[in-house]
Amino acid sequence: MTKFIAKRILLSLATLFVILFILFLLLQFMPGSPFNDEKLTAAQQAVLMAKYGLDKPFFIRFWIYLQNVVLRGDFGISYAIKKDMLVSGIVIARLGTSIRIGLQALLLGVSLGVLFGVISGSKRNTWMDSMATVAAVIGVSIPSYVLALVLSFVLGYKFRIFSITYQVDQPLWSSILPTIALSFFVMAQTTRFLRTELIEVLSSDYVKLVDAKGVARPKVILRHGLRNAMISVITILGPLTVNLMTGSLVVERVYGIPGIGSLLVEGIQVNDYNVIIMIAFVYSALYIFVNLIVDILYGVIDPRIRVAKGG
Amino acid sequence: MDERKERFNRVQLRDSKQQEMLVGSTTPFLKDAWRRFTKNKGALVGLIAIGLIFLFALIGPYINEHAYNVLDKIHINLPPRVPFLEKLGIFNGSEGKYNPYIEKGFTNDYFWFGTDVLGRDLWDRVWMGTRISFYIAMVAVGIDMVIGIGYGMVSGFFGGKVDMVMQRIVEILSGIPNLVVVTLFVLVLKPGMISIILALMITGWISMSRVVRSQVLKMKEHEFILAAKTLGASSFVILFKELLPNIIGQIIVMTMFSIPNAIFYESFLAFIGLGLQPPLASLGVLIADGYRAMITHPHLVIFPTVVLSVLMLSFNLIADGLRDAFDPKMKGF
Repeated sequence: MTKFIAKRILLSLATLFVILFILFLLLQFMPGSPFNDEKLTAAQQAVLMAKYGLDKPFFIRFWIYLQNVVLRGDFGISYAIKKDMLVSGIVIARLGTSIRIGLQALLLGVSLGVLFGVISGSKRNTWMDSMATVAAVIGVSIPSYVLALVLSFVLGYKFRIFSITYQVDQPLWSSILPTIALSFFVMAQTTRFLRTELIEVLSSDYVKLVDAKGVARPKVILRHGLRNAMISVITILGPLTVNLMTGSLVVERVYGIPGIGSLLVEGIQVNDYNVIIMIAFVYSALYIFVNLIVDILYGVIDPRIRVAKGG
Repeated sequence: MDERKERFNRVQLRDSKQQEMLVGSTTPFLKDAWRRFTKNKGALVGLIAIGLIFLFALIGPYINEHAYNVLDKIHINLPPRVPFLEKLGIFNGSEGKYNPYIEKGFTNDYFWFGTDVLGRDLWDRVWMGTRISFYIAMVAVGIDMVIGIGYGMVSGFFGGKVDMVMQRIVEILSGIPNLVVVTLFVLVLKPGMISIILALMITGWISMSRVVRSQVLKMKEHEFILAAKTLGASSFVILFKELLPNIIGQIIVMTMFSIPNAIFYESFLAFIGLGLQPPLASLGVLIADGYRAMITHPHLVIFPTVVLSVLMLSFNLIADGLRDAFDPKMKGF
């Protein structure tokens, strides 16, 4: 088990390193240099290049960059959004809001998903099952920004129940709409997955045995069915995280939430490369972290996986 | 000897026609799958919806008198107005209590989906946009299918060291979220049709290769592969003549799931400002442009959003239907 975890951590670190390298490589190819200010003369540009070490060979620059990132968490300075401020400061100040809304959406989505999944998996081929299935297909198909637009138009503008945009002084109340918009996919995907798993578990021999012993149906479903089905649901946490991150970009933009998603979009529009690179790295790191946790959790909870993965 | 010969009949040679009748008519795999697919109501609805959208994308821009790219300073921001329907009180060109068609004296003009801020006809733009979204998704998925199948088959079939190296590469690549790859790729290459297709392609093949690999791993243990090997078939022949036809169902299902994904990512890129540049406009670009004026001119965002949503939903319904059709064991999942 220790060997398995160590292997996973090593692989994660290797992935992070590769990502940082690719990001740094891309940074070199980004159109325009950070100093393409027309007022600067060639000599001044050279001085600036030397100051920031941009005149050194690629791998030496990467080494310096790597040290800055790993030792100080320093991704350079912002060129446009907040001129000359450290990118890390800007990003970290906004990270909290994004993570909070993401977690809210995850929590809401998974809870509803488990509820619908259990209903539709245990009452197969009833009207409740059909309803849940249809809702789930719609949920995985409709992009979260469409939902965000619909919600803000209907509930925010037409009925004026919620505010159309995010209010910093009302962090919880005004984050309800974005949370719902983001959670829809999570809910739908959890429902679909749990339904499949639950049907499989409920038709297995040991559940039939429990049934035959006369255990009450709700107890069979919750204690014996859901518990086993939930193990597999953990595996979709990775894809769900990606979806939440992708969704956060557009949903934060629609509602004007000061999170890292909207910061990334802003960075893209004004070509603030260091901001873009850092957020890309944060997203990748989050994703890798979630996947690592999922793999380890999975190995801890289900011994069969440990054996199958060889260690 | 003769006595024995009389007692035993050579069954197989007696009457070949009768033999076939005993077996009964077998339903070919694809025909069987099609039968199951058409029984699935959701999938049929999806198929019809996609057929309609496809038809409109083809002929839609030509069936009215307007053009998708003609700027018109007079007819700007007009809400939708459709003949006949206007008598029912819907699509009559009014926005709340205000009807610009009457106020401005365009009583003979009909813009079925209205017009945008530059006076372009939205009906034409929506269907042209659908065409472009279709095109991008098809090309991207087509290419990543080929790469994914190739990679997955080689990795799964040859196994051993080849498989190990190839799978480590996939593992590291799949550690990078698609969002990051797609966004940065388009950013570096400058937004445009080719860069978007390339970005979708380099992220799409990984899941395809995984499905293909796992199918190949399952299939290659079967006897018919051993038989082909014994008969001296080359790896190439085994891969393409023996393995591929047997996993084609899974590949089709996977492809069907990839298409809405590609359409989504394309519209997502448009939404964050990395979409196609004018005059080209996909559905995503239309939505991204329209949502800014959502409150004053909701028609600008409603029509492209509805088409996009129906498109995504239909592809997902078809994909679900196909999965059930190709894999009867999964029926009802």
